[in-house]
Amino acid sequence: MSFLSYLIKGISLGSVYSIIALGYTMVYGIAKMLNFAHGDIIMIGGFVIFTITSTLGLNPFLAVLLSILLCTLLGVVIERIAYKPLRNATSLAVLITAIGVSYFLQNIALLIFGADTKSFTSVITVPPLKLVGGNLAISGETLVTIPLCIIIMVALTTFVKKSKTGRGMTAVSEDKEAAILMGVNVNRTITITFAIGSALAAVASALMFSSYPSLSSTSGAMPGIKAFVAAVFGGIGSIPGAMIGGILLGVIEILSRAYISSQLADAIVFFVLILVLLVKPTGILGKKIQEKV
Amino acid sequence: MKNTAKKQMSKSTRSNLIMTGAIVLVYIVSQIMIAGGAMSNLMKGLLVPLCYYSILAVSLNLTVGILGELSLGHAGFMCIGAFTSAFFSKATVSVITNAGVRFTLAILIGACAAALFGGLIGTVVLRLQGDYLAIVTLAFGEIIKNVVNALFIGIDSNGIHFSMKDAMALNLSEDGKIIVNGPRGITGTPKDATFTIAALLLILTFVIVTNLVNSRSGRAIMAIRDNRIAAESVGIHITKYKILAFTISAALAGVAGVLYAHNISTLIAAPKNFGYNMSIMILVFVVLGGIGNLKGSVIAAVVLTMLPEYLRFMQDYRMLIYAVILIVMMIFNWNPKCITWRKNHSLQGYFARLTKKTKKEA
Repeated sequence: MSFLSYLIKGISLGSVYSIIALGYTMVYGIAKMLNFAHGDIIMIGGFVIFTITSTLGLNPFLAVLLSILLCTLLGVVIERIAYKPLRNATSLAVLITAIGVSYFLQNIALLIFGADTKSFTSVITVPPLKLVGGNLAISGETLVTIPLCIIIMVALTTFVKKSKTGRGMTAVSEDKEAAILMGVNVNRTITITFAIGSALAAVASALMFSSYPSLSSTSGAMPGIKAFVAAVFGGIGSIPGAMIGGILLGVIEILSRAYISSQLADAIVFFVLILVLLVKPTGILGKKIQEKV
Repeated sequence: MKNTAKKQMSKSTRSNLIMTGAIVLVYIVSQIMIAGGAMSNLMKGLLVPLCYYSILAVSLNLTVGILGELSLGHAGFMCIGAFTSAFFSKATVSVITNAGVRFTLAILIGACAAALFGGLIGTVVLRLQGDYLAIVTLAFGEIIKNVVNALFIGIDSNGIHFSMKDAMALNLSEDGKIIVNGPRGITGTPKDATFTIAALLLILTFVIVTNLVNSRSGRAIMAIRDNRIAAESVGIHITKYKILAFTISAALAGVAGVLYAHNISTLIAAPKNFGYNMSIMILVFVVLGGIGNLKGSVIAAVVLTMLPEYLRFMQDYRMLIYAVILIVMMIFNWNPKCITWRKNHSLQGYFARLTKKTKKEA
């Protein structure tokens, strides 16, 4: 039974990773940049929910909604101020700017909320499910996380495939110049992408900190990096790829933590990534890059 | 042909001489300041770090600027250099009593170990391209840090014992001592790194990289950076040169790691010193100093290492200011509007206009 419960725990963690990875992969697909500050938006989202529920005593659901709103706004503002001026600069320059934004968010959180680790109270009030005579317990967080992840995935895929804005996103990621000629407003599309990515980061923060309650100014960095790994796993730029990559990563992490070594779990996750990329250099669902002279 | 070759030679020699001169000058000035008591303890403590950060920046610039591949795992090679050399120094501290000989050997061992890993990882990693390569180097850096954290090594009369579990699993006999103690790392490494050696190593690093860049191999490496397919079609062995550059870069990072390990008393593989954060910090030096510009790397490493120290009076706000400076500098450097503004307002342009005016008047 323990294997099954670990597996479910892994899928749950993996679902959180895949929601974060979606933000990475969409921004990468459209703006061709590695948004290193994405993980820190998760941290900010966590602090917003924490502050609202613990100091103002508002309803957790309302707090999550407010956090989504604030993170969306934050994502758009960051894009406007820091990334937009560098639209056509080398990717390294944009990468360093993203790192600067990441430092900025971490330090501003440190200033406002202090250096001590906060204990996040779960926003999910669903009771745990006990199966097989109480031998297999599934936490309420897991019961919410997995279906929510599926809903987000379906909604996002439909949005990208069916809506006009979504098709504009695909067009910009395929060929920016051609998209401009076809009348797609590139700046607006990029802003919307950042807004969606940041909103998803806020949702992920509510889910993640409910299961793993320690919250500090750097607690967004490692999940951010892992989600980035998940996005690369599945083939960066691909939405179903992010989902597959995220869940695989979560399962591998929880299983190796349980059966091999908790210290080496991260090393094993990264090692599997390297193996996958050696066999499929552009990830599981990644497109093959054609090279021309 | 001969003429251009001569010019190339003089170019690298001149570049070396300028940099060596600058480092020697800084060295002499700081020695005078130390002797005269004009240097604060803070600055004294920063002298060796400034050297190893500069070495790291120059070595990463070889990968990022000259080879043109983004590596986010440079701190991993530093970690290997630091731990192998610290292990060696601590194990032989009672056998080799001459600090100079011991430290020279430690540097060689650290560099060789880092080069070995650089070569191995390079062979695996350099098949990938662009951002995929970046993430895999990041992954390797994290793996190295994690494995070192789970490593226990001890020595007794029977030889070296080794475990991945805990210190008890080493089964040391009575006379044994634990050298690498898992997450608690290596304590009591002899403090062999002096500013003199660090400055010499920085000069050596600079000379090695400059000479490589201006050699036949260096031109091949840059050809690969500029157009891989074209370089391949004129008969350049892509894999060989890529691995060459990557290995040298890793070896030099290993040397920086040796300096790091022998400058502090407790060496642990924390996310702060050997995690991806460190790799990114080195990358920041390289990008702000100018990609492919070796002198720029040294200047950026020095300025950006001192900046947070000099911002200390702002206390809690200093890292925030650092982040803002980073963002503003990147935008000022790369935004098209800022580039035209800089062109119109540059001092050179100002003087050019001034001389033009005087000519007209005349």
